[in-house]
Amino acid sequence: MESVFGLVGKDFGIVAADTSAVHSILVHKTNEDKIMVLDSHKLMGASGETGDRAQFTEYIQKNVSLYQFRNGIPLTTAAAANFTRGELATALRKNPYMVNIILAGYDKETGPSLYFIDYIASLHKLDKAAFGYGSYFALSMMDRHYRRDMTVEEAIELVDKCIMEIRSRLVIAPPNFLIKIVDKDGAREFAWRESIKDAPVSTAA
Amino acid sequence: MARYDRAITVFSPDGHLFQVEYALEAVRKGNAAVGVRGTDTIVLAVEKKSTPKLQDSRSVRKIVNLDDHIALACAGLKADARVLINRARIECQSYKLTIEDPVTVEYITRYIAGLQQKYTQSGGVRPFGLSTLIIGFDPHTGTPSLYQTDPSGTFSAWKANATGRNSNSIREFLEKNYKETSGQETVKLAIRALLEVVESGGKNIEVAVMTKEHGLRQLEEAEIDAIVADIEAEKAAAEAAKKAPSTKET
Repeated sequence: MESVFGLVGKDFGIVAADTSAVHSILVHKTNEDKIMVLDSHKLMGASGETGDRAQFTEYIQKNVSLYQFRNGIPLTTAAAANFTRGELATALRKNPYMVNIILAGYDKETGPSLYFIDYIASLHKLDKAAFGYGSYFALSMMDRHYRRDMTVEEAIELVDKCIMEIRSRLVIAPPNFLIKIVDKDGAREFAWRESIKDAPVSTAA
Repeated sequence: MARYDRAITVFSPDGHLFQVEYALEAVRKGNAAVGVRGTDTIVLAVEKKSTPKLQDSRSVRKIVNLDDHIALACAGLKADARVLINRARIECQSYKLTIEDPVTVEYITRYIAGLQQKYTQSGGVRPFGLSTLIIGFDPHTGTPSLYQTDPSGTFSAWKANATGRNSNSIREFLEKNYKETSGQETVKLAIRALLEVVESGGKNIEVAVMTKEHGLRQLEEAEIDAIVADIEAEKAAAEAAKKAPSTKET
């Protein structure tokens, strides 16, 4: 029941993901960060098998760092997306990673871009994309309201509309969402959308 | 003697590994490199041998970073350096991937020294012909460190050190003039030490400064020229002060 979706605006990219960590019928936590900051100007939102998600995204992040140290310049978003797809493709017929990825990045020369990479290593460059059961609702909302040159405020309004749909129409809807943004100033956390807060752990007296 | 310097896996009767010692010779022929550790700043300065007019000097970087908080300079065979640096960079990321923490300076120095040692105890290979100066801040405690490794695979920590051409004279200078410094004073000390054996001027020296907040920063030629000018002025003033009292006596 995980949801990850993203869209590209005038000069920024947004990735939103639910923050539930679920095992069968148990909710481990409701504030799990599934959107990895790959480097200063890239976001990788991932959904799928929990262990694979953490392992694969960290592996990609360390390889992106290594490229930067070896070559003195960062990877472009397109290059990072193709590298990620390549790793998924190589592992596919042996030991597949069950991870779906939305990769958003900002390059100085080409501006913002968004890539849809699914667990069987399909790669699509898109303006908007979504994964999970929530995608039925998020994609429909985005198809209706999305425009190429949205401002940050308009885009966040659209993201909130998608979250509202998922919350109200999906049977076991994730309660909390995390939104991250990437633009010329870098990749960073934008906002949380919480309907349940984890109770603070009380320390023994 | 000639019989004991072919394969490095063979000791000579008086306990030498000749190939390793010859590798140290190669280091002694390499460009001079100086490292100085301050309280909040660590500086690496490397001699830039005259660049051919047509060569793009930006493609020849002598001070490189291994990770956000670790940098390396070396003296000796530059091609060997490329291989060692590449392995060290991979190890920095690999360690972060498995341990979720950045490497300590000591760890990566031990790793590089371990690599260098491996090649002194294998068949059919030769040692790496370079000594490295490794600087960095401990990711948890923030303490600055300076380490040196050599072709035999030994490593140790230093307050200030030099390697490469004329390293003995530079080390003598440092032993005489070292004191705990911080910030710009550390930079000046490193450049003064290097100027003992290198022609003065920004285009003959490459300098990089590492601080906890800003990581590694390569100094521009103009900046280096300015500091060199400062140093020369201080030297001239010291000379004048030495001469002044004697003229009063006449």
